[in-house]
Amino acid sequence: MAEARTALAEQFEDMPQQLEASRQGMWTFLATEVLFFGGMFMGYIIYRHIYPEAFGAASKHTIVLYGTINTAILLTSSLTMALAVHAAQESRQRALFRWLLVTVFLGLCFLGVKGLEYHEDLDEHLWPGAHFRADLPPQSQIFWFLYWSMTGLHAIHVTVGVVVLSMMARMAARGLFSTHYHTPIEISGLYWHFVDIVWIYLYPLLYLINRYS
Amino acid sequence: MSTMTVESFRPVAQRKPKTYLTEGGRTLSSWLLTTDHKRIGILYLYSIIVYFFIAAVAAALIRLELLTPQGDMVTSETYNKLFTLHGVLMVWFFLIPSIPAVLGNFVIPMMIGARDVAFPKLNLLSWYLFNAGGLLALYSIIVGGVDTGWTFYTPYSSSFSNWHVVTMAAGIFVAGFGTILTGLNFIITIHRMRAPGLRWHRMPLFLWSLYSTSVIMVLATPVLAMTLALMALERIWGLGLFDPKLGGDPVLFQHLFWFYSHPAVYIMILPGMGVVSELITCFARKQIFGYHYVAYSSVAIAILGFLVWGHHMFVTSQSVYAGFAFSFLSFMVAVPSGVKVFNWTMTLFRGSISFQTPMLYALGFIGLFVVGGLTGLFLASLAVDVHLSDTYFIVAHFHYIMVGGMVTAFMGGLHYWWPKISGRLYPERLGQIAALITYIGFNLTFFPQFVMGYLGMPRRYHAYPGEFQIYHILSSAGASILAVGYVLPLLYFLWSLKYGKRAPANPWNATGLEWQTTSPPPKHNFEETPVVTGEPYQYSPEAEEEMVHG
Amino acid sequence: MNSTVIPPKISLRIWAALMGLLLLTWGLAQIDLGRYNVVAALAIAVTKMLLVILFFMHVRYNTRLTWVFVAAGFIWFLILVDLSLSDYLTRGVVRGTYPNSFEVRQSPPSTPRPVQSIPKRETSETK
Repeated sequence: MAEARTALAEQFEDMPQQLEASRQGMWTFLATEVLFFGGMFMGYIIYRHIYPEAFGAASKHTIVLYGTINTAILLTSSLTMALAVHAAQESRQRALFRWLLVTVFLGLCFLGVKGLEYHEDLDEHLWPGAHFRADLPPQSQIFWFLYWSMTGLHAIHVTVGVVVLSMMARMAARGLFSTHYHTPIEISGLYWHFVDIVWIYLYPLLYLINRYS
Repeated sequence: MSTMTVESFRPVAQRKPKTYLTEGGRTLSSWLLTTDHKRIGILYLYSIIVYFFIAAVAAALIRLELLTPQGDMVTSETYNKLFTLHGVLMVWFFLIPSIPAVLGNFVIPMMIGARDVAFPKLNLLSWYLFNAGGLLALYSIIVGGVDTGWTFYTPYSSSFSNWHVVTMAAGIFVAGFGTILTGLNFIITIHRMRAPGLRWHRMPLFLWSLYSTSVIMVLATPVLAMTLALMALERIWGLGLFDPKLGGDPVLFQHLFWFYSHPAVYIMILPGMGVVSELITCFARKQIFGYHYVAYSSVAIAILGFLVWGHHMFVTSQSVYAGFAFSFLSFMVAVPSGVKVFNWTMTLFRGSISFQTPMLYALGFIGLFVVGGLTGLFLASLAVDVHLSDTYFIVAHFHYIMVGGMVTAFMGGLHYWWPKISGRLYPERLGQIAALITYIGFNLTFFPQFVMGYLGMPRRYHAYPGEFQIYHILSSAGASILAVGYVLPLLYFLWSLKYGKRAPANPWNATGLEWQTTSPPPKHNFEETPVVTGEPYQYSPEAEEEMVHG
Repeated sequence: MNSTVIPPKISLRIWAALMGLLLLTWGLAQIDLGRYNVVAALAIAVTKMLLVILFFMHVRYNTRLTWVFVAAGFIWFLILVDLSLSDYLTRGVVRGTYPNSFEVRQSPPSTPRPVQSIPKRETSETK
């Protein structure tokens, strides 16, 4: 297939080698991302162990409704991404384009909800520093520092994902992918699922401490 | 025999075969936009030489200041900036890229019989990230410097010091991503791009070392990136995770920092060990003794190296139990290094040894690395470390490994592969002289530091009690000799590019796929993909002795 | 060319399971289970993660080498956490050493303590 031949980069011998190399390359990159986020998760674990009450008090001020909605949005976007990959595997160009667009749309929804949430958090004086709410102990500022930096870093990753998937959608609209070649779709999908997994952990750790009291 | 005479007999059409140096263009942009791993290796070589010399100047100023017990040449703040500059540039902008990004980039694809690495464009991006980070680091120095030490301990770095800490941290952050991409590239290249027949257990040991190094790069560097980012955020926003005012723990920074920085020292020695395996086998004309042990010891060092970071924190508020665990694990991590030394020694035994320049560096490595490694065991002993922490003993220990070990191995590898890289031979006699000068200068510089450290001379002090002056004088004298040893190769390598004898494809009669192609190689390395049918290092000292002596 | 095809029906079922687990984790957080709240929340998070990894990311159908790559990141993160916790969990435990430097296990003060300012070192370059 002429299409397949031109998609083969010159350092590779054949398409299966290129696909396997790209897939393993993306997994290696995702391992580095686990360790990158891991530094902050470790900070979270240590300080939650040391200041359980301060963390509980701090977490009460997170907006569970927004957090839960966002979790649902991202989980659904993982489904639509998986459906996009499936469409690519079956050379169904229009379905691929559609599912990519839906995934992008859901990513934008996530960012929108996050924006609303950040706005309310700031109104509630939950930005650590001189103007932090006075009714929380000082160690709660550590929780809120972690909240802003972890969700902020995650939001940056979502944004990058939205941009990448938009580019994929454009390429899909030009009919560049097929059963024989859809490596970029597959590895973008891996990245997007990873971003979902980070949020799967952020949700209970940030929103669901001591919710019952 | 001058090359001019030989050249003039060749018909014009055959005069200059196409090599990677000519194929693909000779313009500046053909180099700056190249995706050829060989050109990228050379780009890295130029870059690290620049950073090395800046850091060496800082070292020279440090050693000049330390000639007298009074702090009379520079202020204490300037002195702090000098050793910080020296540490940051040497660790991140010289040692970590040295063998992997220069020799690894150049040699790995050829050693596995491939046309290039798995992701050539990412390879070029790595070089740009590396230099972007370097520029940020240099900027931090120019605007006034950082005085925290290369370790950036909080709360000094996050709550005091100055804002240049942020730009310096940013520089290391960016360069770190270059390192991550290089490691990623090598891992995938070695997994997926080996020539037919090149099974894992037929790979030269250089590849096992670089593979292990790449795993460390990929798993450790992201944590450094996050740690420096957190420290910088704390500096910018005035609060964060390490601030005691909020109940934060400055020692948490150290846990996160050393989780990376200890494996980083293995990034800085494993490639050297890989080079030494190649050199010892070639210049003793002998199969490596215990191939599997040497191969797996690299993997063991990579894994165990992640479990010992607390030995940098014995004198902090780290718990005694954790200290006990880290001390025990630190003894364990010495074992695979010892295994390598035994195997190299047994390879030399009954080998047919010749003392060309690369071999001199390899032998120097073994001796100096043993000293550095054994003194590491002194430091792994918790009780002894309490006495020796923050003294010159530590400085001597890590310089024996990083300079006596890694830089020596880098020089050895550079000399060994120079004919392949440049197509020229360096002047052998000068090479041997420079190697000897380096060895003498190095020991004179750093051995007195063990003694004075043990006697109590603290590190990072620019003024000190008069009783240590004699050691400092010896050390500074050694440093000036060492400098000569490093400048000489720079000069004769440059000289050889124009006037050196043209190199044959295999000047050392070495085994290994990279020697089966021309010196310098063509752009795509091999005319056809080679097929590997045998074990590596199929040297035979007895057969060669017979050939030589009848 | 050699990527496994997962029928949409399966993907949909995995999604339904994920949404169910989301409901479960939110629900359990409303009940006081003492220290099992954390255990439950993490167990559910790990399950969700495994569903995404094994099915959406196709790892169930990938080679063993891929499993090693996937596991490596998490294992290394656990090394970071475990050995660091070995410090924080055992501080002040050895008799005769200084007491735990954090005022742990005391409830936070009902009124926030005033933050003391530590004087900055006076140099020409301090921000």
